[in-house]
Amino acid sequence: MTTAAPARVAAPVGTVPSRPTARRTRVSLAPTLVLAVGAAYCLLPVAWVLVAATKSPAELFSTFTLAPSTSLWRNITGLSAYGHGVFWRWTVNTAIYAGVGALASSFVSGLSGYTLAKFRFPGRTAIFNVLLAGVLVPGITLALPQYLLIAKLGLANTYLSVLLPSVLSPYGIYLARVYAGAAVSDTLIEAARTDGASEWRILAQVAFPIMRPGLVTIFLFQFVAIWNNFLLPFIMLTDDRKFPLTVGLYTMLNRGNTLPSLYTLTITGALLSILPLIALFLTLQRYWRLDLISGAVKN
Amino acid sequence: MALASPAGRRRRRTAPSAVPYVFLTPGIVLFILTFLVPIGYTVWQSLRRVRVSGLGLGRGARREVFAGLSNYREILGDAEFWASMQRALTYGLILVPTMLGLALLLALILDTPRARLRRFGRLAIFLPYAVPSVIASLLWGFLYLPAVSPLHYVLRALDLPQPDLLGGGIMGAVVNIGIWGGVGFNMVVIYTALRAVPHDLYEAARLDGCSEVQIALRIKVPQVMPALIMTGVFSTIATLQVFSEPFTLRPLTNSLQSTWTPLMKIYTDAFVRNDIYTAAAASIVVACATLLVSFGFLRLVQARAFSQEDR
Repeated sequence: MTTAAPARVAAPVGTVPSRPTARRTRVSLAPTLVLAVGAAYCLLPVAWVLVAATKSPAELFSTFTLAPSTSLWRNITGLSAYGHGVFWRWTVNTAIYAGVGALASSFVSGLSGYTLAKFRFPGRTAIFNVLLAGVLVPGITLALPQYLLIAKLGLANTYLSVLLPSVLSPYGIYLARVYAGAAVSDTLIEAARTDGASEWRILAQVAFPIMRPGLVTIFLFQFVAIWNNFLLPFIMLTDDRKFPLTVGLYTMLNRGNTLPSLYTLTITGALLSILPLIALFLTLQRYWRLDLISGAVKN
Repeated sequence: MALASPAGRRRRRTAPSAVPYVFLTPGIVLFILTFLVPIGYTVWQSLRRVRVSGLGLGRGARREVFAGLSNYREILGDAEFWASMQRALTYGLILVPTMLGLALLLALILDTPRARLRRFGRLAIFLPYAVPSVIASLLWGFLYLPAVSPLHYVLRALDLPQPDLLGGGIMGAVVNIGIWGGVGFNMVVIYTALRAVPHDLYEAARLDGCSEVQIALRIKVPQVMPALIMTGVFSTIATLQVFSEPFTLRPLTNSLQSTWTPLMKIYTDAFVRNDIYTAAAASIVVACATLLVSFGFLRLVQARAFSQEDR
């Protein structure tokens, strides 16, 4: 980067009317090289898992790392047979935890954010500040406390024990508030009220449709956060048929110590579980409103 | 501001005053249920312990009693706990500056029209965000094994000494997973902030004879400071809680003890040693330490992260 741009733009701009664009977009090597190295570094583990999933257990530690083989299908059938098809059960569970959790979370965030942005009422600032303080409470540190309480209520080892703590996201509420503040106009709400629309109807038919890009962003955030959270399901669940993929693959890796043939199946499982999410991201990434996080949306 | 309607109008322009409270009920109830009550319950548990009388057999032999601050005294006097805190701090001090520095550099490159591969680079570097840390650690864990690692393959071919990534280099191995997983997301956040900077600022600077590097350092970096602070706070909060990466690497190495990070120590205390009370005290200590560190960080960079939020 430092060697990338000598002060060549210093030449008066007006003197080169013939090819101004060529001057501006001249390719410089160093930044391109940095990008290429960064991309290669980020793709390496993904490329490796693609190749490693095609190897037989005997080949995994003997042939060259990035040399593909032919056992992919055998590995997939082996994985499907593992624990009577428990891998596919984990996949469904992950979709339930992350999907339902993120959906509920974006609804609650949207509702709370809209209310905090668009209503004036006593206690508003206090409530917002208390919720905002929740952003700074380390999420994972809550896992043990939440477990203690959930166990006390007799809810440990249920779907609810993972779903319930995943719904409230102080950060989601913060984002929804910023987005509602910027996108939903007061005049529109007042006009709807003057027309006699109920508050629920204004919410469902005026506010939420306008806030949709923000809500999609919150949904994706929370989806990744739940799918990424390992500690919570790991301590809440004991029955392996309720595990999400992360906990399931961890237990497989752990058993690989005594049963090395499991390594190949674990690697195949890792590949199968990241592919759909990568696909989801590449398709949904243009709906991301990341300017919400970077603070580019202003009230 | 919703104006009070002039007297005489039958139709309302403001909402009934109960509406905001009704709308906030789900959020507040969940906040109480999944934040406040668990925290309160943990504080309560951290002040208690089990007293065993006699041989600890039979009903009433194990009783929960008030323990004052003895659990805190125990955890604060525990060398293992301090060692784990120190490792988490070291991890954070290496990870946060490296990751954010790289993210800023890459974001500035993405914002330079002169660089090629920008679209591909952005997608490729963002990709690890979609990979959960457990799976990332699993992939890297295998890539660290001398029999699998391409690095070792090259070093072996060149007859060079090979580093023991899962032995002496374990801190670097864990940090690398953190960088891999975090750099792309932070890069995109900073890049998004960069794109919101008005371009006439650059034109003016170019006319004044600024080089691209000068524009990057003097205009772009200060403009994205709020985004940098935000990503810094969140990364800092995350580092003290590091758990999944070292925990997942454990089956592949002997150099990670079960108390390597504070959260691993808490997990071991609570579920392996069955000492919920000390674990509760440790949770409170870690939460307070995290708050302290992130507030410290905010103070350090002059607390601008939330200031754009107009109250």
